[in-house]
Amino acid sequence: MKIVVTVKQVPDPNSNLTLEADNTLSREKEVVLDPGDECGVEEGLQLKEAHGGEVVLVSMGPERAKDAIRKGLSMGADRGVLITDPQLAGADALLTARALAAAIKSEIADLVICSTESYDGSTGMVPPMLAELLGVPQLTFAKKVEVDGSNIKIHRQTADGYQVVEAAMPVLITVTAGIAEPRYASLKGIMAARSKEIKQIGLGDLGIEVGEPAETIQGFADAETRKAGAVIEFDGTALDKIMAVLAEAKVV
Amino acid sequence: MPKVWVYAELHQGKLAPTSLELMAKARTLGDVEAIALGGGAKAAAATLGKHGAKVVHVNEDAAFDDFVAEPATAALESLHKQGAPDLILFGFTPDSREVAGRFAARLGVGLISNAGDVSAKDGGFVAKVPYFGGAKLAAMKANKKPAIILIRPKSFEPSEAGGSAEVKELAVSIDAGSKRAHVTERVVEASEKVKLEDAKIVISGGRGMGGPDNFPLLEDLANALGGAVGASRAVVDAGWVPYSMQVGQTGKSVRPGVYIAVGISGAMQHTVGMKASKVIIAINKDAEAPIMKMADLGVVGDALKIVPALTAAVKAKKG
Repeated sequence: MKIVVTVKQVPDPNSNLTLEADNTLSREKEVVLDPGDECGVEEGLQLKEAHGGEVVLVSMGPERAKDAIRKGLSMGADRGVLITDPQLAGADALLTARALAAAIKSEIADLVICSTESYDGSTGMVPPMLAELLGVPQLTFAKKVEVDGSNIKIHRQTADGYQVVEAAMPVLITVTAGIAEPRYASLKGIMAARSKEIKQIGLGDLGIEVGEPAETIQGFADAETRKAGAVIEFDGTALDKIMAVLAEAKVV
Repeated sequence: MPKVWVYAELHQGKLAPTSLELMAKARTLGDVEAIALGGGAKAAAATLGKHGAKVVHVNEDAAFDDFVAEPATAALESLHKQGAPDLILFGFTPDSREVAGRFAARLGVGLISNAGDVSAKDGGFVAKVPYFGGAKLAAMKANKKPAIILIRPKSFEPSEAGGSAEVKELAVSIDAGSKRAHVTERVVEASEKVKLEDAKIVISGGRGMGGPDNFPLLEDLANALGGAVGASRAVVDAGWVPYSMQVGQTGKSVRPGVYIAVGISGAMQHTVGMKASKVIIAINKDAEAPIMKMADLGVVGDALKIVPALTAAVKAKKG
């Protein structure tokens, strides 16, 4: 089974985001493999271990996004593909999906694994677009995945439980972060990753043009901010103060 | 008048509340046609009419309920071929996201997601989208026709406008090529006492709760107050509690009378889903946590001591 996992380098969720002069998110700070993607890589590796095959990591980003791919390779993935091109800076969801689709098409994968949403964007729009452009069905929000021959079955997390969703491969699935505990890269894995291939490709290799973005930012306004109220220590009177707020809101 | 479509979301025959929120906005922007697909579509059409839809395109084929996104995408594509609208509104919900993404990619037009508002400007549409950790609102102009905009739940107040819709059967042949991701079973796990999104009081827990074993402390407080328990994405991702409890950008949006954030730092992912609450109380060991800067009352201390003490105080007060 050939498995492609999309991975993204994101600002470390444990550090604060900053904004560049052109209103794009600063990526100069500490960056890491998206923690959600680590779960995707883990799920891919577990499926490979159970069913055989290959796990290929595909990413889009600046050249240093190779570090994120390298992290996945050190966990055990076989090789990586990095789409990097100055014209892709600030790409919207559709352009991202188009670039990923062009790169993944040549891999002829049975299964494409994405995380449900990225840590920095958190909109989850790329996976359904990617599925459409690859011409495969999408099975999303998977908290459990079973492969049986050429069929795949997932448990799709819903607001009040889950749905069982089945399809014949090839398919694209999105996995929730809870699906699998990502393994730590072993020293052996880290050493092995150094010699694994990361192919770097640009827009010219993919044969796509950037085109007009879906939206143009016309300006920014400060979001309505709430005024900070009192900040108190939990001491002898704190409980009374909380109760007073609850009483004023007429809930006690 | 611009031609506006609203994609109505049905859950096993029941119209999602978000759809009526979208109607309230859509009818201020142009002539509204709604699309309702799957079981219950005709009944939903009557409601959509009361909320301002002039036309509702319906199709009750079971494929819309049983197969993910692709049949609905085919139906939208078919209708689009008969005449493109200027604007299509979807809810920024898990189910509508899937259809909107697929459809926008099929048309090659892209979309704007996570919007909190949309307005007409210079013959086009501009959406307001939280940006940079929610500190800024970006005004994003849609460059393509149709403009496809996904709006966060609870952004607008639903209201009836009077009137009724003309119901039109949406003719579409759903072939095997669209019947691929098959929903074969639906399992209901959570039996929420008070629904999170409707609760007057919400108590949410984050990493500061220390572990899943401490969440019953929040439930005790919620029971004492008659509220519901929510959670941050961090603890949902960590597997402490189910996704159904997640409050935030891709979880649930809530606007209760009182929101108590316990051990939650206040990342944008979380705060966009709760900052419209009337009163916010934050309990956190870190006085510098971002949540403290938006709370009406911030209490610095150990959540595991404060919550049980508060529960006891509430019980004592209520007798």
